[in-house]
Amino acid sequence: MRQISYATAANEAMLEEMRRDPKTIYLATDAPGPLVKEFGTKRVLGTPITEATFTGMAIGAAGSGYRPIVNWSMVTFSFVAMDQIVNQASKIHYMFGGQAKFPIVFRASVGGGRQLAAQHSQSPYSMFMNLAGLKMILPSTPYDMKGLLKSAIRDDNPVISFESSRLMGLRGEIPDEEYIVPLGKADIKREGSDVTVVALAWMVHEALAAAETLQQEGLSIEVIDPRTLVPMDVETIRASVRKTGRLVVADEAGPTASAAAEICALVTEDPATFRALKAPVKRVCALQVPIPYSPQLESYVFPDREKIMAGVRAVLQ
Amino acid sequence: MSLTAQQQLAMLRTRQTIRRFEERASDEFQAGHIYGVVHCYIGQEAVAVGICSALRREDQIISTHRGHGHCIAKGADLKRMMAELYGRATGYCKGKGGSMHIADFGIGMLGANGIVAGGIPIITGAGLAAQLDGKGRVAVSFFGDGASSAGSFHESLNIAALWKLPVIYVCENNSYGVNMPASDAVSVKDVAERGTAYGMPGIVVDGNDVLAVYEAAEAAVRRARAGAGPTLLECKTYRWRNHTEIKGIPDSRPAEELAVWKEKDPIARLVTQLKTQRLLTDEDWTEMDAAILQEIEQSVAFARESPFPPLETALEDVFAN
Ligand SMILES: Cc1ncc(C[n+]2csc(CCOP(=O)(O)OP(=O)(O)O)c2C)c(N)n1
Repeated sequence: MRQISYATAANEAMLEEMRRDPKTIYLATDAPGPLVKEFGTKRVLGTPITEATFTGMAIGAAGSGYRPIVNWSMVTFSFVAMDQIVNQASKIHYMFGGQAKFPIVFRASVGGGRQLAAQHSQSPYSMFMNLAGLKMILPSTPYDMKGLLKSAIRDDNPVISFESSRLMGLRGEIPDEEYIVPLGKADIKREGSDVTVVALAWMVHEALAAAETLQQEGLSIEVIDPRTLVPMDVETIRASVRKTGRLVVADEAGPTASAAAEICALVTEDPATFRALKAPVKRVCALQVPIPYSPQLESYVFPDREKIMAGVRAVLQ
Repeated sequence: MSLTAQQQLAMLRTRQTIRRFEERASDEFQAGHIYGVVHCYIGQEAVAVGICSALRREDQIISTHRGHGHCIAKGADLKRMMAELYGRATGYCKGKGGSMHIADFGIGMLGANGIVAGGIPIITGAGLAAQLDGKGRVAVSFFGDGASSAGSFHESLNIAALWKLPVIYVCENNSYGVNMPASDAVSVKDVAERGTAYGMPGIVVDGNDVLAVYEAAEAAVRRARAGAGPTLLECKTYRWRNHTEIKGIPDSRPAEELAVWKEKDPIARLVTQLKTQRLLTDEDWTEMDAAILQEIEQSVAFARESPFPPLETALEDVFAN
């Protein structure tokens, strides 16, 4: 097993998939040196700063037989391309009656923790989840990043890869041999019997830390990482809640109409799971504000292991 | 001009097919058999026909909300088009798209679009694919004068010129975007000037003269296939109908203006030319029109006989498997 970073895992996934399929191309305002060196400027295209247009170009290239990877860099910049994402990419397969495939990966970093303030610290995945027609992954470890991104590149649909900027430097083990992580399969990051914590991206690590502390108090916490937001592995989550009877959902985005809200709804609307609940479900999310700059304000706004522990205690009351 | 009599007659036939199809679509819309909205292309037929006559089957086009003419000129099947307007399972999009989303990827028609300028980046990407394939394919974007002020038009022209993509940007300047005169929305005299700003030829064509459009398209296609990059063609034309076929929406365009343009009817003009050259007789023309009307009739019959899509298909095709 090798140790590599979350960012390197993404690069390895792209390199391997571009080697595997010559139809895979890359478009971004920044063409990474190693990719250009190996695949040349025909397949690795450094674009002008035109998110609306290179996002649309990926749709046209995908509909013409290519498999573009578009790197928006920060999710922030994807908003400039909203027409192409919302009106075109998410609907084009459906509204044309399924006659063409649009295999595209959009890479976007999300989250805060670096004092980049409101525009550059966002986790708007639920905005995109609300559209039918886009798949989306949200890896929390280098292993998941590499395996999920490879699956995303091989998928025949537009897939957004939300990548936590806090985790870019995180190192973790990766097998030497080739592997993929299928889309739509949650991962039980830690088994437990008292409370289920469904945690997203960076919060997976905070939840694991919280679970460690709580174990010293005799509490057994199960930590589930959905890994793929669309499609969501609701069965694994429901089964865990049926076992523990308690649910806390932890996420770096605000709670309103969020992925966390969706997970709560998927759990509570299932009669068997609802009947197994011993307490109301709990969301541990960012405060519902644009993310502020000043470090104290910023960390006050985000959830962390302390807030997860408080959430766990709340559902145990 | 090296077009054969046969080619010119084929162009006439396609143009008349577009007109008859839309007249019928409008009637069917008024009768409540077609839903949503229908935007007619009547008066502009020479543009779609002139451009598409210079293309091969594998060349790709993308269209707008006013897309029937582009579909027909690229070779789309009238039956499947009419069935789509009728919302039937046999339509191009299985009844999920309607007038504004007809596509046929099999003939390189990458779709009509409900968003002004929305298709321009997409066809620019198809142009990138064509360049990567290296087989001399070209990609053509149709759009209006209104779209030529949208950001994605400008971004796309910049990239296409920079990368020498084999794309032809065809602005159909019908003088209005809904009721907004192009002169109040476009900062330059001719949209074509905008091509120069991005480093590509910007060419003004009489959009009601199919031969002029064809010739300009031919030159642009040759340029694109040779790897010399994109062209912006501005075809000056006029739409005879109101923005949509929905009744009760005011049309603020002066009536005299329409009268002047009707004098320049792109179809009547070619008919006269062909008659003068003795390539077409009155009987030929009557016969051609009758045959077209019959074909339209068959498309309506096909649409009417086709079933509505089963309800469970509403859940299909969200994702490709
Ligand atoms: C982005 C966007 N804004 C507004 C509209 C509403 N709309 C539909 S067609 C149209 C006018 C388009 O004018 P033009 O591009 O010149 O095309 P034409 O209708 O003349 O063929 C407008 C404003 C739209 N569909 N998309």
